[in-house]
Amino acid sequence: MWGSFGFGILCAAVFALVLGIPTLRLRADYLAIVTIAAAQALYYAFGTSQFAAVTGGSNGLSEFGGDFYALNPIPKGRYNLGIISLSEKEVWVRVVAWGLVLICAILMYVLTKSPWGRTLKGIREDEDAVRSLGKNVFVYKMQSLVLGGVIGALGGIVFTLSSQTNQPSTWVSNFTFMTWTVLLLGGAATILGPVVGSAVFFMFLMLTQTVLEGLVNIGALPFLSIAQVGQIRYLLVGLFLMLLVIFRPQGFFGNKKEMQFNG
Amino acid sequence: MAKKATAEAHLEAIAKGAIEPGCAKVDPILVADNVTRTFGGLTAVNVAHVEIPRGKITALIGPNGAGKTTLFNLLTGFDKPNTGSWNFEGRQLAGVAPHKVARWGMVRTFQLTKALSLLTVLDNMRLGAQDNPGEGFFRAFVKPVWAAKEKEITERAEALLKRFKLDAKSEDYAAALSGGQRKLLEMARALMRDPKLVMLDEPMAGVNPALTQSLLEHIKGLKEHGTTVLFVEHDMHMVRHISDWVIVMAEGKIVAEGPPGDVMKNQAVIDAYLGAHADVDLGTVSIDTVRESK
Amino acid sequence: MSENLLSKAVSKQDAVVFVDNIDAGYLPGINILNGCSLTAHEGELIGIIGPNGAGKSTLLKAIFGLVNVRSGKIFLKGEDITNLKANKLVSKKVAFVPQTNNVFPSLSIQENLEMGVFQNPKDFDERFEFVTSIFPDLGKRRAQKAGSLSGGERQMVAMGRALMVNPSVLLLDEPSAGLSPVRQDEAFLRVKQVNKAGVTVVMVEQNARRCLQICDRAYVLDQGKDSYTGTGRELLNDPKMVELYLGNLAEL
Repeated sequence: MWGSFGFGILCAAVFALVLGIPTLRLRADYLAIVTIAAAQALYYAFGTSQFAAVTGGSNGLSEFGGDFYALNPIPKGRYNLGIISLSEKEVWVRVVAWGLVLICAILMYVLTKSPWGRTLKGIREDEDAVRSLGKNVFVYKMQSLVLGGVIGALGGIVFTLSSQTNQPSTWVSNFTFMTWTVLLLGGAATILGPVVGSAVFFMFLMLTQTVLEGLVNIGALPFLSIAQVGQIRYLLVGLFLMLLVIFRPQGFFGNKKEMQFNG
Repeated sequence: MAKKATAEAHLEAIAKGAIEPGCAKVDPILVADNVTRTFGGLTAVNVAHVEIPRGKITALIGPNGAGKTTLFNLLTGFDKPNTGSWNFEGRQLAGVAPHKVARWGMVRTFQLTKALSLLTVLDNMRLGAQDNPGEGFFRAFVKPVWAAKEKEITERAEALLKRFKLDAKSEDYAAALSGGQRKLLEMARALMRDPKLVMLDEPMAGVNPALTQSLLEHIKGLKEHGTTVLFVEHDMHMVRHISDWVIVMAEGKIVAEGPPGDVMKNQAVIDAYLGAHADVDLGTVSIDTVRESK
Repeated sequence: MSENLLSKAVSKQDAVVFVDNIDAGYLPGINILNGCSLTAHEGELIGIIGPNGAGKSTLLKAIFGLVNVRSGKIFLKGEDITNLKANKLVSKKVAFVPQTNNVFPSLSIQENLEMGVFQNPKDFDERFEFVTSIFPDLGKRRAQKAGSLSGGERQMVAMGRALMVNPSVLLLDEPSAGLSPVRQDEAFLRVKQVNKAGVTVVMVEQNARRCLQICDRAYVLDQGKDSYTGTGRELLNDPKMVELYLGNLAEL
């Protein structure tokens, strides 16, 4: 298990490096387009029958969490937290996940408060100014790209371990856009932002599903069927994203002042 | 009389041989050859040969579009020349990346100020320092490794800010400073790494005239410290007051150079750049009389 | 003579522009201007000088509706124009020339000038003639793209564009900024020429010496307030002004 864990992280790092070399010179919006395209390319590559032996093709892999759950120290049984009931496996995954979030948040905090973080802040605003002060801007950008990739990989690993399946179709662009919404909601360039943002966002997503389904079931929304609720949900997400960007672009924790200086 | 004598002795020491555009210097810190840069059909810079004297204050003047900022950009690696090579302290710097040029001791400021608004004034200054182990990705996580150096850097930053009268604003975001204060910050920040050659692009533009005088004293202080200064300016009083040498550019070429007194009496320079009314009260003339006199 | 001017300064009755004790700023809660006042009478050339951060550009932008005025009022020929949007002010014949980004680089000189008469396109020919009488070069090079011009030339285009509006009030933000000495002198002399043609000019300047040489009256702004005022001549010769704002490099 540790082998595959390490390999996953390594792959993310290498991919970021390879992606970064030609693209880091690009402007922010072009960089975003290229990274999305690269992700899509991987999605198709891993889904093809060529790699089926390793990746399981479009069906993906399943039931690979054995070693991970073997490490679980929590005794077997069901645990009740208010209205939710979780198995020991589910608790373990959540403990590991939030533990990793905590570790990453602490590491990011330390990093951003350090001189390295300060240089990155400068680069965000004006690369030439930072170059004129003797810093190699490319190296900093590459390091942050790799770091982002590694953190993303950690998230992906825990995510697939929790569901014990990994199909290419999970990672469609919708997923990417939801991640962006989370980032904006929480506040870009903050540490608590993505954490709180993702919690709130997915809660919102689940709630709308449940609420709308409930309303349809009691006949309060005669023009909707259950099947449509799933799609309406995404409509609401899109609307929410628009309103967010218009009225509160800095999200929960972002700095309004910073946004104003930029505008 | 005595002033003139020392001035002459002074200028003896700068040029080697006859004084003419592109002349050799007794002790050059930077020697550039055949530097050209064209944008489409336009030749922005076409400098056959130029030498910057070490330890002196040299002014680079000339009309807008003469190529002064482009020359700065080329020499410091922010732009790639079509042709050209230049030697700084024994190093060939043509084609070297701008951050390396800065590390080797050639630091520049920008015409459109690049004070980083999202950082505080003090952080801007700290960013200017060199060899801070905390700026390395892995070492950044281990605070004890860089804490001492950071403290040293902060002290140096605070001392510089005090000299430039920005110490009261050290915790403010740079965006809250006025335009002129940002220029001062950029200059102070450039001095953090104790460079050998400081290239200032219009350092006084937008700075209160009363403050300009004390800043000129700082620039003179740089010279006493052994730093070479090259600056672009439009304020002729400032140029006259502190520069040892003046280089005049027009349409990408060097058209004149020499001690300030001589250059400013050069008729071609007056026509193209200084204007005949430098010491005339503009309240007493009109544009028609100026046009007629041409 | 100076008594007359002083009493004129006090009377706000026939003022073309009257700024009455305004507070204004960009960020909420932070005021750049604190109780600032200014009066400009018809045909006057008013200068605004002072140290950096004093609020000179902010005052001009406040008059033109580009900055939030939080207290106090601004009057144009007796009409309250406080916080009126810029496009409304243009139709009231107020023109503004910002310090930077003041031309459209991808448009030709002529197209830039056409933008000036946007609200009254029929006036183009007449105004073009007037503007090219002051800036003959603009007429000669009308097809040239503004982005390919040097700084001084762009300043000409920017001011020309403002004049296309046929303004009764012209607001200039540091017209000499970044220009070589000979171009600065030309710029100042042209401002004088425009003023002589009947346009009331309010000009912010860093080059205090030149500004005071050509203006009728000037205000010295310090920390958001008009701390000093007088005729151009009075201020030029005032030793306190020299010490605080002008410096004496010119005499060294």
